[in-house]
Amino acid sequence: MRWKTAEYAGWGRALRAKGRLARPERQAELARLIATSPAPVLGARRSYGDACLNPGGDAILSTRLDRVLEFDTQTGEIEVEPGLTLADLLRLARSQGFLPPVLPGTGHATVGGAVAMDVHGKNHHRAGSFGQHVTALTLLTGDGPLRLHPGEAAFLATIGGLGQTGPIARVRIQLERRQAGAMRVTETRAADWDALVSRLAESPAEYAVAWIDATARGAATGRGIVEEAAPTETRRTARERRLRVPLDAPRLALAPPVVRLFNAAYLARVPKEGRTRDIPCESFYFPLDGIADWNRLYGRNGFHQFQCVLPEARLDALRAIFGAIVESGLASPLSVLKRMGPGRAGHMSFPMEGWTLACDIRAGDAGETAIRALYDDVAEAGGRIYLAKDALAGGAMVRAMYPEHADWLAEADRLDPNAAYATGLTRRLELRGTS
Amino acid sequence: MSETWIVLGASSAMGRALARSLAERGAGLILAGRDEDDLAATAADCRARGAADAEIARLDIGDPAGFDDIRAMAGPGRVNCAVFVGDMPAQDEIDADPALIDRVMRVNLTGPAQFLTGLLPQLSEHGGTVVGVSSVAGDRGRQGNYVYGAAKAGFTTYLSGLRSRLEGTGAHVVTVKPGFVDTAMTWGLPGMFLVAPPERVARDILRAADRKRDVIYTPGFWRAIMLIIRSIPERVFKRLSI
Repeated sequence: MRWKTAEYAGWGRALRAKGRLARPERQAELARLIATSPAPVLGARRSYGDACLNPGGDAILSTRLDRVLEFDTQTGEIEVEPGLTLADLLRLARSQGFLPPVLPGTGHATVGGAVAMDVHGKNHHRAGSFGQHVTALTLLTGDGPLRLHPGEAAFLATIGGLGQTGPIARVRIQLERRQAGAMRVTETRAADWDALVSRLAESPAEYAVAWIDATARGAATGRGIVEEAAPTETRRTARERRLRVPLDAPRLALAPPVVRLFNAAYLARVPKEGRTRDIPCESFYFPLDGIADWNRLYGRNGFHQFQCVLPEARLDALRAIFGAIVESGLASPLSVLKRMGPGRAGHMSFPMEGWTLACDIRAGDAGETAIRALYDDVAEAGGRIYLAKDALAGGAMVRAMYPEHADWLAEADRLDPNAAYATGLTRRLELRGTS
Repeated sequence: MSETWIVLGASSAMGRALARSLAERGAGLILAGRDEDDLAATAADCRARGAADAEIARLDIGDPAGFDDIRAMAGPGRVNCAVFVGDMPAQDEIDADPALIDRVMRVNLTGPAQFLTGLLPQLSEHGGTVVGVSSVAGDRGRQGNYVYGAAKAGFTTYLSGLRSRLEGTGAHVVTVKPGFVDTAMTWGLPGMFLVAPPERVARDILRAADRKRDVIYTPGFWRAIMLIIRSIPERVFKRLSI
């Protein structure tokens, strides 16, 4: 197995790593690598910060281990290799009349990554997290493969476990039997924060999420569009789009006046009385995947995504956090508010019942100072930040946000006593101890 | 009635990509290679992607005694075969151990040629498509990999002859000359540029097979690159460190 020395980054591109990368194409090669030179396994590197980096060390890419190993088209159980992309999973599931029960906002992410981050989607309040639909998985350990099932300590440490319990060789997922020809999406405008929040809180929809305008001030603060959706049997096929951001955009591209204009136009797309359309499943689940490398819009220095979740009772604090983002003038066009259910499947899973807010912010001193201040507010409100997005937090704060950290660490240390799978993120946050 | 394809070297990135593309067309597949666990995984994947069937066969390209069994799996009638087996040891390894040259020839040339020659009767009687994956490395001997290049040049010539031999029988031979493809063979090698994903190569191969093209470069711009490289006079070429 040859190694390739490369510089690489996560999706946010603000943090970079240099190191050796291996990319096994067969399970036997992966097992051999783990036996001889264990290193953290990375998927499609769609985490924004350093969860998918191992600066100065080795890493193993799972992207070529991307096969379906078993698909029971009667029961909808599918067993796959970790590098299968979620877009592929969606396509294959639909071809047999099923849907993956949980999909995040990009189909480029891998199943292994979805497990390691216990990702959630626009239906989290109903369907819970990705890991809750994993019925079994196989870890590779020094002593060979280890089959894990829900409820087991190692399972709880692996789902959302940032890859620290070891490489995932295969994942079994229970798909949902649904004939989804398209998604029927209803969009309605909300004039301000209160309207947006109450609309989301009362939504009976299976999928419910809001785009929120983080540039509008005064009475319009918190205005946005609520998107509610459910699968429909009507067929809509996505046009194959091949848009690509060809180069790192200049700073002007997402300057505040441009963002304000974009947001106003985005809001105006939806008529005052709202609208309902059937859109292709891919366009619904993965709205930005049609534009390859859209992260380059933030220029050479990249960007961060601030994402937090606050408990239901602290909506007031979330309102204050959102207010601070608006005041900072740093926000990008893509800000999202969503009500979350309690569903989570691992010790280090992000979700908690309450509200999550996500907002992209250009990398740089102003944005980074602002994000750190927001993190303090999140901690104070008893919320937590999403490690798939983080590049800036401090360790003590994060460990306090994840109360099951000690349980997770015990399992991670048991399965990986030498911290061979530590990443940039786990070292920065000292999640594996101070080693 | 779906078409049947034998894929030799189905554990390679390109072989796997072609098998998947064929699966999506509903083909029946015989996946041959060395790593049976890996072939079983690819077979399962192909079935999930729509293959009419996917069987696996252990292939040792250096042991022609096993070839009959694999050929027999396709059953009588029209048969298609794609050859992806290949091996490219570094030139300095070969310099240190010239016995490796035998293996390079066997894996890249004599093994595949023996397998295909055994298919000749069935091909000429019932027709079918042969896809032979050669290499741009066979177009000219370069100091960096001329043993591999010599084997591939031989395979290219073999395929050319096979094509001519089968003309008029309903069987067709496509010679595929990939440039740099993003596989385990090129991963981490210095000097790689314009590296194509294996899925791109698979797409080009199927299009060429459908259109009964004789020789393709994939990606297509390699035809121009190799035209230039082939037209450099030898007295100049020998001084170039490419």
